[in-house]
Amino acid sequence: MTSTEQRSGTVAGGVGESPTRPDGVVKVRGEFAYSSDLWREDMLWGATLRTPHPYARIRSIDISEALKLPGVKAVLTHEDVPGENIYGLEHPDQPVLAAEVVRYQGEPVAIVAADHPETARRAAARIDIDYEVLEPVVDSEAAMAPDATVLHPDHGSNVVRHVPIQHGDPDSATADVVVTGEYEVGMQDQAFLGPESGLAVPAEDGGIDLYVATQWLHVDQKQVAVALGMPVDKIRLHLAGVGGAFGAREDLSMQVHACMLAQYTGKPVKIVYGREESFFGHVHRHPARLRYEHGATKDGKLVYVKTRMVLDGGAYASTTAAVAGNAATLGVGPYVVPNVRIDCYGVYTNNPPCGAMRGFGAVQACFGYESQMDKLAAALGMDPVELRVRNAIDEGAVMPTGQVVDSPAPAARLLELVRDRPLPAERAAEADLRDLPGGVSNTTHGEGVRRGVGYAIGIKNVGFSEGFDDYSTARVRLLAVDGEPLVSVHTAAAEVGQGLVTLQAQIARTELGVAQVSVEQADTSVGSAGSSSASRQSYVTGGAVREACRQVRDAVLDLAAQRLDVARAGLELSGGKIASAEHGVLVELGELLGSTSIERIVEWRHRPTHPLDPVTGQGNAHVQYALAAHRAVVDVDVDLGLIKVVELACAQDVGKAINPDAVLGQIHGGTAQGLGLAIMEEIQVSGGVVRNPSFTDYLIPTILDMPPMAVDVLELADPHAPYGLRGVGEPPTISSTPAVVAAIRAATGRALTRIPVRPEHITSTD
Amino acid sequence: MRVNVTVNGKQRTADDVWPGESLLYVLRERLGLAGSKNACEQGECGSCTVYLDGVPACSCLVAAGQAEGGDVRTVEGLADGDRLDSVQQSFLDTGAVQCGFCTPGLLVAAHDLIERNPAPSDPQIREALAGNLCRCTGYEKIMDAVRLAVERKQATT
Repeated sequence: MTSTEQRSGTVAGGVGESPTRPDGVVKVRGEFAYSSDLWREDMLWGATLRTPHPYARIRSIDISEALKLPGVKAVLTHEDVPGENIYGLEHPDQPVLAAEVVRYQGEPVAIVAADHPETARRAAARIDIDYEVLEPVVDSEAAMAPDATVLHPDHGSNVVRHVPIQHGDPDSATADVVVTGEYEVGMQDQAFLGPESGLAVPAEDGGIDLYVATQWLHVDQKQVAVALGMPVDKIRLHLAGVGGAFGAREDLSMQVHACMLAQYTGKPVKIVYGREESFFGHVHRHPARLRYEHGATKDGKLVYVKTRMVLDGGAYASTTAAVAGNAATLGVGPYVVPNVRIDCYGVYTNNPPCGAMRGFGAVQACFGYESQMDKLAAALGMDPVELRVRNAIDEGAVMPTGQVVDSPAPAARLLELVRDRPLPAERAAEADLRDLPGGVSNTTHGEGVRRGVGYAIGIKNVGFSEGFDDYSTARVRLLAVDGEPLVSVHTAAAEVGQGLVTLQAQIARTELGVAQVSVEQADTSVGSAGSSSASRQSYVTGGAVREACRQVRDAVLDLAAQRLDVARAGLELSGGKIASAEHGVLVELGELLGSTSIERIVEWRHRPTHPLDPVTGQGNAHVQYALAAHRAVVDVDVDLGLIKVVELACAQDVGKAINPDAVLGQIHGGTAQGLGLAIMEEIQVSGGVVRNPSFTDYLIPTILDMPPMAVDVLELADPHAPYGLRGVGEPPTISSTPAVVAAIRAATGRALTRIPVRPEHITSTD
Repeated sequence: MRVNVTVNGKQRTADDVWPGESLLYVLRERLGLAGSKNACEQGECGSCTVYLDGVPACSCLVAAGQAEGGDVRTVEGLADGDRLDSVQQSFLDTGAVQCGFCTPGLLVAAHDLIERNPAPSDPQIREALAGNLCRCTGYEKIMDAVRLAVERKQATT
């Protein structure tokens, strides 16, 4: 059936409005059931024993003392994994429970179920493991050396993926002005507030129902089924309330463990990680080492960019290959560069595994290329925004992969928007302590404090790239209840806080002209929606819901034509009524439906992308590009190296703001995470050991750290996307980091080549 | 051990409490009040904030036994039946709720601020909420929410 393009009537709460989120009332009442809130009368608690060693061989495991503890119902090791003891998002290379070797500190070795969480933890501590401790590989460069210990012998080397890109003729290109730089990005944590958790419930058919906080139910389901050696349809996943995600819930955490314990004990098993365990329970943002060389003409046109990037993927592959693909393909930023050479490597080490985090490879690259643009502007004696504007991409530009940007890409305009905003007021002579670096620690009353302003722009791909079959499924049902029309929308798309449940209902209201929309709980009884990541759900699940609604609408009009014996052409569904220009209102929708319900299930895909050529890196790898720019204003106490961010202004093109309030929420939140990476957030790892796995020692921005944020939203429609929308979630995370660092450089005159910037980088006391 | 507490105006008793359990654990796992959240269990994130004898406290840092005989008010006790407290309504209306995991603790902290200070300045709001981490919103709409709650309270008094 071909769907029509017409829209159905106007009801409040449709596309372009900001209706209250349907889960909002229960959330403010404290009644929303997050995955850690689940409870069953007879449930057991699970706990995980993790290795303290970054790299070691397991000689033996003795569980006998653990089993003796009263209240313990199960102690399981690798020998008890019913199916294949291996999983992974892209490459299965990670054991459910370590068998012979542990490759990172915190790798799970054994699991316990008991009648109290503390009993389970104590039992886990009684498991005796004899390790032969090995010398870990902890340096990403050393990991690539020919004599390095190969951590995954089956893979052949520690290079998970090398992405080369060659564009133009970088070897013979010459430039008037050349700047080089080496940059380093620390390991950032997603630090969602709701820790990994879930409840596995054994079912009468021998299967398991798993209630869990995740970003992608179906990819979890598949991996759990393989590990349990069960058919996929016996593992039913249900989305429990999700307390934030940001990439950290793409990989499995407690899913298989809880299911194993439930299957073994025959009882519901709940696992909830504490904060410390959470730092070991999910992947992090890849630390990066970046070497850049930029060449430009004396009037500031880029001639060439050469870069070598090394991303530390840690012990298991997770999404390292895709992250490397992003860092490489977006490696020069939103600039027109005629000659490019990029070599991006993602490598295995014995550091914590790294994978998806908001920005996914684009964050690391952006810190490199934007630092370089500032350096180049200084070398040219040019205004840094002017240099960027002169080289900015626009629609029609050719990226280093040869891909032509085929929808609006207003890079110059976004930069001008943040530049042309009025600057915040100068610091008052008698400033409130809370507005000064150091705050109420009372470290300065303004002496030694200097202000700086910095700019940056970033680029992100939206959706899964490089030929991935990226689709979503929507089931839309229209029925009448007590004569009133009601739409039910059912997808497996994970609401992680971003507001996807609101958006799905908005689309249904706009397409079907029905006020009452119920968005059903996401689960695996409907087809896959793909991941709530890559800024893709509005686009892909939004596209699927829209298409399913349109097919339902067509079916309603077919039904009306048949029942009313009128011509199908000219019939419209509008405001809960069937009407035509000729006859006016023919029938109320609820009356037409009576006891009939109309349901359509749609699997919807965006236009295909293509793999990169493995030698030249050429190819139309991305479905859509998204841009955001920031201006940061900071005050720095140059004596103590303390920073107060005074204001962050952001401009972003979102194509179409489906829900303007939610768009702002994404821009604010993304900007905050970028600020965190700039000045405070780092998992500190030495010798493969994490030094700060707590919110006492891993700092994320508080409300005192965040400045007011001024936001400009552009809506330049992408003709290829549903409603013209552009993915929103990631771009603001990408550009806020280099903007803040540029502002600190402006205030201090320091080169600042590493993030997060620490006080000693400013005072040079390290 | 047995713990007796008044929670949201009702006398409650929890039995078989292990002495190491926190007030948060007893509320969540023994009294069925899961609204207060456990995000760090060391008093850094504020997600577990409740009123204890009228003063906001991180319930994860209070041993259950310490709360014996105490008066606890949780996020579940803010609304008056179906009518949301104005702080709750303001969080909803301004879009200050995304994943919502920080929301219960922030609501209690903001409620307490407005009780103590009916006209807080922006720096005072920031200082009062500095013990509550949020990872989704960047706090911008949380500021909007508290300002709106203040305005609404002033309009009705």
